[in-house]
Amino acid sequence: MSDEVRDAGYDDLLDAIAEDQGYYLECPNGHGSLPPRTVCPTCGDPDLAEEPLASAGELETWTLTTVATPDFEGDAPYVLGVASFGPVRLTGQVRGVDEGEVETGLTVEAGVEQRETTDDPLLVLRPR
Amino acid sequence: MSQVRVAGVGQTAFGQYPDRTGRDLFGEAAAEAIDDAGVARDDVEALYYGNFMGELAERQGHQGPLMAEAAGIDAPATRFETACASSGAAVRNAVLSLRAGAADVVLVGGAERMTNLGTAGATEALAIAADELWEVRAGMTFPGAYALMARAYFDRHGADREALAHVAIKNHANAVDNEKAQYQREITEEDYFDAPTVSSPLGLYDACPITDGAAALVLVSEAYAADHDVDAPVVVAGSGQGGDDMALHDRDHLDRTPAADEAAAAAYEDAGVAVDDLDLAEVHDCFTIAEVLGLESLGVYDHGEAIGAARRGETTADGDFPVNLSGGLKAKGHPVGATGASQVGEMTRLLRGDHRNSDAVPDAEVGVTHNAGGTVASAVVHVLEVDR
Repeated sequence: MSDEVRDAGYDDLLDAIAEDQGYYLECPNGHGSLPPRTVCPTCGDPDLAEEPLASAGELETWTLTTVATPDFEGDAPYVLGVASFGPVRLTGQVRGVDEGEVETGLTVEAGVEQRETTDDPLLVLRPR
Repeated sequence: MSQVRVAGVGQTAFGQYPDRTGRDLFGEAAAEAIDDAGVARDDVEALYYGNFMGELAERQGHQGPLMAEAAGIDAPATRFETACASSGAAVRNAVLSLRAGAADVVLVGGAERMTNLGTAGATEALAIAADELWEVRAGMTFPGAYALMARAYFDRHGADREALAHVAIKNHANAVDNEKAQYQREITEEDYFDAPTVSSPLGLYDACPITDGAAALVLVSEAYAADHDVDAPVVVAGSGQGGDDMALHDRDHLDRTPAADEAAAAAYEDAGVAVDDLDLAEVHDCFTIAEVLGLESLGVYDHGEAIGAARRGETTADGDFPVNLSGGLKAKGHPVGATGASQVGEMTRLLRGDHRNSDAVPDAEVGVTHNAGGTVASAVVHVLEVDR
């Protein structure tokens, strides 16, 4: 995939998170989702509005990955986590905390940094 | 409704055969299945074929007709892809086709060539079963995804790895006499805890191996079996499929697999059976925690209860409800696209009495197979019954 070609929706949200302007999509029924979406994945409603992503999230689960794919060889070992930001969750690398200190329930904020292995942008979760 | 009968079963040895092409593997499995069925090759009217990573492992798309050719059949062929549930979906669609009267004899199965990619390459290929944008780009691997689910389960239910060790020990023990299994050897609790971590809390012995292999079945209609005097005492009595959001973080629960709940409920209703009617199961244990989640989705255990089933001896070969008498994906091996068909093949042999482990279930009448794709965004469940 050419570096010049963006993935609409995905790259737009990462850019917004990097500028501390993160958002998610919400339908009139209160279902949250991540872009790109034409309709709400839960109820099919096409009326989707961008709502501000909560500044703080809660780590719901995590893993220390030792065996990585080639694109993350230089990153390993790394902690991957899933954090809840209200109506949506994000999956990202947990940085800024010793692996022995990572625990479920940790308060985190979303950010965008770079992979160690490549220069690709990386969704990260850092303690808040 | 016309019954669908399993007339023939075939499978290659599962293991590391990096030089064997997908067509080579499937050709062998198909030949064994057709021979086991005793049906005329010319009578096969369609091929339903499962494969997941053929484009990455062999630079080969459009595999349906290629595999029909390998099997020596002149019939329309379609490939099914639902990640690790690919050939489960192929079996389901073959069953629906036979029931609809669109065919009387169908070849179904799957194959996967994986070890030629090496560990890093296979890890990368398996990862594409996850959401590329929101999971893989953050560093999610296949073991990583199940590790996230395992920790969520541990946190919710207060469980630990010792219970998972017994799932691995059980399935390795079951594979010892399975001549088609990748690992025909037992492991101990010490082996389990001494093994390196792959993605915490999961270690090497929580994970199925990377496997090359193929499996095939010949399914026939009731009318064909009667007209041609086909000896096929096992029927596919029920079939169900379920789906879920692709990314794990979009699910309501991180420690449950509702797609498999849906698949199981549909399969039981289709077969007219209840959980209490089941005698044994082949469960998709790509990781030890996956067997636990699968047994809870099948309704054999309540949420939070299946984690200790192997340790309590309830799901061992001599337990009340044997699970993965084949060795499961954990020890038999997991050539992704072949696994769903292999489970149905193993269950058929266990029920008809010619499996190495049939002695463990001499009176079994009803078995269930559970095949899952990705982090169970896809699930296919089949109920097999003895009907002589």
